[in-house]
Amino acid sequence: MGSLEQILFLGAAAGAIVSGLMVIWHRSAVLSALFLVANLGCIAILFLTLGGQFLAAVQVLVYAGAIMVLFLFVIMLLNPAASGPRFRTGRAGTGLAFALGVLFVGALVRGVWGLRGSRELLTPVHPGFGSAVSVGKVLFGPYLYPFELTALLLLVAMVGAVVLAKKDL
Amino acid sequence: MPGISLQSTLEILVRMILIFSVVFTGVGYMTLVERRVSGWMQDRIGPNRVGPLGLLQPLADGIKHLMKEDVTPPGAYRPLFILAPILTLVPAVLSFAVIPLAGSAVNLRQFGLPWDWEIAPYIADVSAGLLILLGLASLEVYGVVLAGWASANRYSMMGGLRSSAQMISYELALGLAVLPVILTSGSLRLQTITHLQEGVWFGFLPRWNIFIHPFGFLLLLVAVFAENKRLPFDLPEAEAELVAGYHTEYSAMKFLMFYMAEYAAMITNSALLVTLFLGGWQVPGVHLPQPWMALVQAGAFALKTFFFLFLFVWVRWTVPRFRYDQLMDLGWKVLMELAFANLVLVALLTAAGIL
Repeated sequence: MGSLEQILFLGAAAGAIVSGLMVIWHRSAVLSALFLVANLGCIAILFLTLGGQFLAAVQVLVYAGAIMVLFLFVIMLLNPAASGPRFRTGRAGTGLAFALGVLFVGALVRGVWGLRGSRELLTPVHPGFGSAVSVGKVLFGPYLYPFELTALLLLVAMVGAVVLAKKDL
Repeated sequence: MPGISLQSTLEILVRMILIFSVVFTGVGYMTLVERRVSGWMQDRIGPNRVGPLGLLQPLADGIKHLMKEDVTPPGAYRPLFILAPILTLVPAVLSFAVIPLAGSAVNLRQFGLPWDWEIAPYIADVSAGLLILLGLASLEVYGVVLAGWASANRYSMMGGLRSSAQMISYELALGLAVLPVILTSGSLRLQTITHLQEGVWFGFLPRWNIFIHPFGFLLLLVAVFAENKRLPFDLPEAEAELVAGYHTEYSAMKFLMFYMAEYAAMITNSALLVTLFLGGWQVPGVHLPQPWMALVQAGAFALKTFFFLFLFVWVRWTVPRFRYDQLMDLGWKVLMELAFANLVLVALLTAAGIL
């Protein structure tokens, strides 16, 4: 692991964390969506450091380039108010959210702490990780049925959206 | 990751500077070419006052835009207002990095120079190069939609939404038109796709993909016109509509960045058309020693790309523009279906072993 790779990884990881935090922190919905795009870009860079060029390209092409554009469309057309939520959570709700958050972070920290010093972290990915060939083999091999069913699911969602949106077909 | 040494870093820098300066110079002179060729088609002379034949006109344009007052409308959201032209220009220029300009690397020693530097004919040789190009093209939509939204102008917003809806509609047809070429070439790497187009059939017909996928070529051509918002698909920017669409409120340098982004995207898409369908840098029947062969191949590539750039300007003044609903109908009801049919046909032929 050369030093350039470390710098790239740390930069992309820091960028991903910061932009992920800004997604939930920012008041304006449009900026949250844009920070999510930045987060996806950082994850694409992380894929590139692992040598998964196809995965990085598809991440940018599909997720950042198509899905998030449509998110932005909806946000801009519906124009949600940037002045905060219209209802207020009570103290019990806030306490419960806080407790669940602490539990979640605790579980995360415990999981990562258990891996420190483990040899698993240092094994390199197998060559051809994330390349078009390996993704294609997996997608059309063992995962063929889930793949086709997911396509059907997307079709159902699209038909539902069209039915809901059009007043008369 | 391979080791990074000073020499390889310098080689990469030299390639980046060379190829990106070619792109930016091309962008500048495309503005002049557009005006001269438009003038020629309209039976008038274009700009010919600044410098011989008007060749310094892009310089004059650049200076003018730099010195103009940069107005930001009050109420505009400044960070996104400034980011939008950047988001449009950077992907357009960056996607040129994966396009190969010649068949093999050129070593500076072959020119008699004392350094042993290899200059590869591309900036980046990515195994998923075509996908990176398509991915960067889909990032250009952000610049358009953010420009419309951040302008604090209802009409810019509508123009931005319409332009970006047009762009994402035709991205679909673009991707589907490219897919059969990937199918027959078996690779996403542009250098491989170009290498597979060498040789001739029957002694004279070059083995270019346009003869195997004529329909795919036409589909990609139409999709590229629509993606770049060039006539006949430039309704969002037509003067009679929505003023200037999403870049109404932009002045001076920011407007120049939108303008440059349009031409840079045109250059990149012409290069993509040439690489995928016209054999890229292939010059059938010519065999010269290196490095002269690489230079001849780069020259052939430039000629073919220039033909498509000329085509862009030619079509602009030949056909009237589409109405917005005709445009969207064409994208979703006609081109997508035809692209799918083309893909299925090519897949069947490939499975049968014919292609």
